[in-house]
Amino acid sequence: MSRGKKSIERATELMKDPKHIRNIGIVAHIDHGKTTLSDNLLSGAGIISEELAGKQLFMDSDPEEQARGITIDASNVSMVHEYEGQDFLINMIDTPGHVDFGGDVTRAMRAVDGAVVLVDAVEGTMPQTETVLRQALKEGVRPVLFINKVDRLVNELKVDEMEMQIRLGKVIDKVNKLIKGMNEEAYNSGWKLDAGAGTVAFGSALYNWAVSVPFMKKSGISFKVVFDKCRAGDMKYLAKNSPLSDVLLDIVVNKLPNPLDAQKRRIPVIWHGDKETKEGKAMIDCDPNGPVALMVTDISFDPHAGEVATGRLFSGSLKRGDTLYVMGSSMKENRLQQVGIFMGPKRVEVDAIVGGNIAAVTGLRDAVVGSTVTNLLEITPFESLKHYSEPVMTVAVEAKNMKDLPKLVEVLRQVAKEDPTLVITINEETGEHLISGMGELHLEIITGRIKRDKGVEIVTSPPIVVYRETVTGKVENVEGKSPNRHNRFYFTLEPLADEIVTLIKKGEVSMNQQLIERRDALVAAGMDKDDAKSIKMIKGTCMLIDRTKGIQYLNETMELIIEGIHEALAGGPLADEPVQNLKMTLTDVKLHEDAIHRGPAQVIPAVRGAIKGGMLIAGDSLLEPIQKIQITVPMDQMGAATSQIQGRRGQVFDMQSEGDTITVAGKAPVAELFGFAGDIRSATEGRAMWNTEFAGFELVPNNMVKEVVVAIRKRKGLKEQMPTPNDYLAV
Amino acid sequence: MLTFVGLGLFDKTDISVKGLRCIERADAVFLECYTSRLMGTSIEELEEFYHKPVRPLYREDVEQHPDEILTLAQEKEVVFLCAGDPMVSTTHADLRIRADERGIPTAIIHAASISSAICGLSGLQNYRFGKSCSLPFPQKNWFPTTPFDVITANLAQRLHTLVYLDIQNERYMTIPEAVEIIEQIARDKKTNIPLYVGIARAGSDTPVVRAGPADRMLTAEFGAPLHILIVPAGLHDMEQEYLERFAGL
Repeated sequence: MSRGKKSIERATELMKDPKHIRNIGIVAHIDHGKTTLSDNLLSGAGIISEELAGKQLFMDSDPEEQARGITIDASNVSMVHEYEGQDFLINMIDTPGHVDFGGDVTRAMRAVDGAVVLVDAVEGTMPQTETVLRQALKEGVRPVLFINKVDRLVNELKVDEMEMQIRLGKVIDKVNKLIKGMNEEAYNSGWKLDAGAGTVAFGSALYNWAVSVPFMKKSGISFKVVFDKCRAGDMKYLAKNSPLSDVLLDIVVNKLPNPLDAQKRRIPVIWHGDKETKEGKAMIDCDPNGPVALMVTDISFDPHAGEVATGRLFSGSLKRGDTLYVMGSSMKENRLQQVGIFMGPKRVEVDAIVGGNIAAVTGLRDAVVGSTVTNLLEITPFESLKHYSEPVMTVAVEAKNMKDLPKLVEVLRQVAKEDPTLVITINEETGEHLISGMGELHLEIITGRIKRDKGVEIVTSPPIVVYRETVTGKVENVEGKSPNRHNRFYFTLEPLADEIVTLIKKGEVSMNQQLIERRDALVAAGMDKDDAKSIKMIKGTCMLIDRTKGIQYLNETMELIIEGIHEALAGGPLADEPVQNLKMTLTDVKLHEDAIHRGPAQVIPAVRGAIKGGMLIAGDSLLEPIQKIQITVPMDQMGAATSQIQGRRGQVFDMQSEGDTITVAGKAPVAELFGFAGDIRSATEGRAMWNTEFAGFELVPNNMVKEVVVAIRKRKGLKEQMPTPNDYLAV
Repeated sequence: MLTFVGLGLFDKTDISVKGLRCIERADAVFLECYTSRLMGTSIEELEEFYHKPVRPLYREDVEQHPDEILTLAQEKEVVFLCAGDPMVSTTHADLRIRADERGIPTAIIHAASISSAICGLSGLQNYRFGKSCSLPFPQKNWFPTTPFDVITANLAQRLHTLVYLDIQNERYMTIPEAVEIIEQIARDKKTNIPLYVGIARAGSDTPVVRAGPADRMLTAEFGAPLHILIVPAGLHDMEQEYLERFAGL
């Protein structure tokens, strides 16, 4: 029997025993060696051969990934590790490090309980180390640290043994500082990383060795041995006597929580339903006999089996033929066809999966990434997955051949299901569809995948920047009239306070919450108490508050009001770009006595007009996406690097030198960053290392607003003048 | 000048002589085509009858672009035709207000309305009707229960309810469809509506009037539109006898 097959059998045994399960993710900045690490862990577990590890990039199942040498999607794999005579099942998710794919990291963190944070010993923590660490802590995922590429410290930077230890210590301090800054409570309660306590490992993923303080006691491989062997180039010795997978998986088993312990702590963070219900109790206890609670974190398409939904099963058990419901869908019965786990890119069918595992199933037709799936008719859904990045760039795609028109629509729906960070707008009338993503690279990969995997020839427009609209001032009681003028809606519009926006973004305030819990959180952030208990809708970072009293028929009209608001928020009055940070208060309503005179055709345009016209009166303004840029160059190229930022309406806010290199940090609008890669390469003779990260939206400078608005309106085929309130309010 | 002229219930001959004279004098004739329809005639037939062109108007013409009608009425004699009696469907009150805002003189020439015709056809007494209501076709996120609330509030006060049935483009709600919707809400609210009266093609030579419980309404043949529904409260002896003789109760 091959080791691979044997480990599948052991895995299916262990799946039933949560105490012996660890669900983990590996997170890091791009190029710090995640995929190499994953491969070597797999090889240690006997799933791929030792010789292939590191070359095969086994977790990279997408041909595009293997060609580009980067990981695009999170992939799942299960393996078995023996520790002190007991077997443990490790379910591991490898996640992409490139910022354009941040959405995958967010989803992976929902599924796991522990994270191995990987940091390059030479480069230290990088901006995306910080982003992924924040995502982990936000989801209640406990971190341990692996400092990779220690051999490079010795052989490339030529440090001595003392210097090596000092540098490694500095990396630990830096990560600890980040953890403390992000969640001081967790930091103080034992999440502080400590080499002596065995929550940190040092090594080389490429050469397949690692050390930790507890393992040193067993193996006798001390820092001195590490230094000497690195210097002598004898990696084989280290790999043999202190193998990577043993050291790291020991830490995983020992220091990261099992699902039983983790769910007690994590459920209150990621699920805001009533903890006393049977589903609430079952999830906290990870009860295999309780109701099914599955959170879908990934959807992929298998040419044979169709749509495969992967997710974390928090309670209950799944087997073929079970009938489940997807919350928020039309509540049709979804019947499970296959139930399995991932072993690398292969899916292996099993009889049943119990709570605490990561499951891969087919048959959930209604599920999308983020869905809550259960066998009950009604449970509170999990907190929606929060993405720290937002779409900043759009491309228009069209089918090259007429015959592909219907197929392209189908493919775009699939792509949207697979990657929830994409925003896809399908326009069947014009056949010109829009894909919005997190950057040029992200969109290139997606359009490439449509052509290659899905076999649809498409024509792609150059990328376009996505803007936002918001108000800077306040307007009171702006009136929206229905076309028949018998229905009138009065709104007060103003910017939503920053504190409240932050609460929404952090997921601490949502419509899934119990009313009282939401009210208290909002009041604590400074909102008026009567406002806080009258929230009718939260959409993105916009909020509707109903302050009317005792208006007859308002109840059955509210859905239509919300629909009108959604339409206004999807495209603001200035440039038809999405609206953010808007607080809308409904202050009064006049309704027709008879239902037919206050139907959708009357209410929706009245509300939409009031919001759009009102925003213009309250000072609608345009926001543009900004990216943080960090460029590391040799000292003599500093001028070239700073001028690349400053020449793009950018700002440099930090410069730090280390040895003979300098790192310039700054920010610039996405609109000015087209072609940055080529320009920085030629400006610095190809010697710059750089990366960018989403840094939110900022106001477009006043003197440019008109020009930008008119250009967008022209592109969208809207009236080319600057719009006025009367364009929306006059009825 | 803008004159609202009622056309009555069913065909070209239901208009009043006064109304017809007004059309003869008019410079422009518009026909409102969305709140109700004259099922017994067509625009072509009306044009022939009036010896004048008749321009149909749809909802957006009146609600969103009333300027054309109003500008014309500032200079000329404009007639605005609608089925039934002009102001019973509240919609046109707005047009008259807008005209007055511009200093345009307005007038109304009345005609028979379904709201009184049903008293004659059913024998249910005019004095005993409560609030009336319209029953819309349910839409994806809009299923108002107001009509049902009106019915139950009226029943509690021993009042009849006149239920106008929705018209959308070429789609006319039928009595069985309406009873189906009301019964669905009644089931949800665990109440029971004992009696309905359905009336089809009021004002024509072949009106149908049927009274009975829901199951009878669902199977009865009412024929072509328009249909209208009454939910009666407990009947007076005279009403009972009238329905037995003329509505097969």
